[in-house]
Amino acid sequence: MSFISRGFRGRRQQTGEAGRLPPGQYLVDGFPVLSAGPTPRTPLDSWTFAITGEVDSEKHWTWEEFKRLPAETVTKDIHCVTKWSKFDTGWAGVSLDVLLAGVETAAEYALAFSDGGYTTNLPLADLMDGKAWVAYEYEGQPLEPEHGGPARLLVPHLYFWKSAKWVRGIELRKEDEPGFWESNGYHNYGDPWREQRYWGD
Amino acid sequence: MGRLTLTPRNLAISRGALKWQLARVVEIAKQTQRVSSLLLDVPAWPGHQAGQHLDVRLTAEDGYQAQRSYSIASAPGGGHVEMTVEVIADGEVSPYLVGEVVVGDRFEVRGPIGGFFVWDPDAATQPLLLIGAGSGVVPLMAMLRSRRERGSRVPARLLYSSRSFEDIIFREELESIAAAKDGVEVRHTLTRAQPLGWSGYARRIDRAMLEEVCWPPGEGAGVYVCGPTSFVEVAAQALVDIGYPPPSIKTERFGPTGG
Repeated sequence: MSFISRGFRGRRQQTGEAGRLPPGQYLVDGFPVLSAGPTPRTPLDSWTFAITGEVDSEKHWTWEEFKRLPAETVTKDIHCVTKWSKFDTGWAGVSLDVLLAGVETAAEYALAFSDGGYTTNLPLADLMDGKAWVAYEYEGQPLEPEHGGPARLLVPHLYFWKSAKWVRGIELRKEDEPGFWESNGYHNYGDPWREQRYWGD
Repeated sequence: MGRLTLTPRNLAISRGALKWQLARVVEIAKQTQRVSSLLLDVPAWPGHQAGQHLDVRLTAEDGYQAQRSYSIASAPGGGHVEMTVEVIADGEVSPYLVGEVVVGDRFEVRGPIGGFFVWDPDAATQPLLLIGAGSGVVPLMAMLRSRRERGSRVPARLLYSSRSFEDIIFREELESIAAAKDGVEVRHTLTRAQPLGWSGYARRIDRAMLEEVCWPPGEGAGVYVCGPTSFVEVAAQALVDIGYPPPSIKTERFGPTGG
């Protein structure tokens, strides 16, 4: 049992939140922004997306090619390690299943890389089977730069830092390599339901 | 595409688990109408670096819990950990910490957290440029205090945006830091109201202001920007436009929510 904080009552969860809010999270209406540096701005005509690393042949798409790939719209709850969660966020983008289709690889890990130098690592399995997208629309509008536009990774079953903003590709790897926040004190996997926020959680 | 160098020269971070532990409030210092500093005695505090934060967990009698993160204002070497909290209207945790907590109360904390938005006075050789708004000054204050504590003489500049004179957090301490004339310059801008005879800036931070206050990009300053998202977006973009290399600019943002 935790120490009782004298006089603290808190704000109880609303009906409907129970079971949807991971431990230690609270619900917000807004869409807070977190990032470690200035917002990169890449012109669409020089934007590409790539699958690289442990692959027989790399795959590359220009923006125009990428926008012609089959897209999905998904509605997901998202959970930030800084403790806010947001329910029913609406996205449009390309499933990683589409991007990885036909890729021959022995890799078990993935390292997403972004404009600005950001990286984040995750098991390749967490990008597959309908669990991850490269999203370019949020609530029906082009994704704004401060939220990761023109395109960001969307991996809603992990803490949201895994959903790399300004993503430009996925490097497939045989060995796991910690990404940016994973090298700076944050958990290597980041499952919100097991509250894997920091090293050692 | 350049990658950031991910080697944290961060000896204070251990790879061990961050365990919850009880902190006792030993002193409360009201900073402004909406901001208070809580000095905490944390017996097993592992030490921290300037710029890091800690997590607070409150538990109600029926077991309901709430967690939030707060920046650490104190320099690493002090005996107590100072967390500085701004009351968020409609917040859940901050009104309790600022309005309800009294000296002697205890609550759970864990930390330190974050290995990127940190500044190490013993390793720093380049000028230190700090751009803050509102309670975004808190981790920047930890950097200035740590510079003083370690006797660092790297030049430092703080550009600090507040709504009004009364909203300036750490005002007197910032005055005394600047008055020491050991390499720290402090410039204020007041965005909503200015006292009679105010000689500082009186508008939101913009490119022209940054060009006046900041060193030229060639000086190689390390930049730390902290405040609300809209402020950080404007300041960081203006610094890039002025010519600061993006990897030299570290940002930390406070969302519109928080509480």
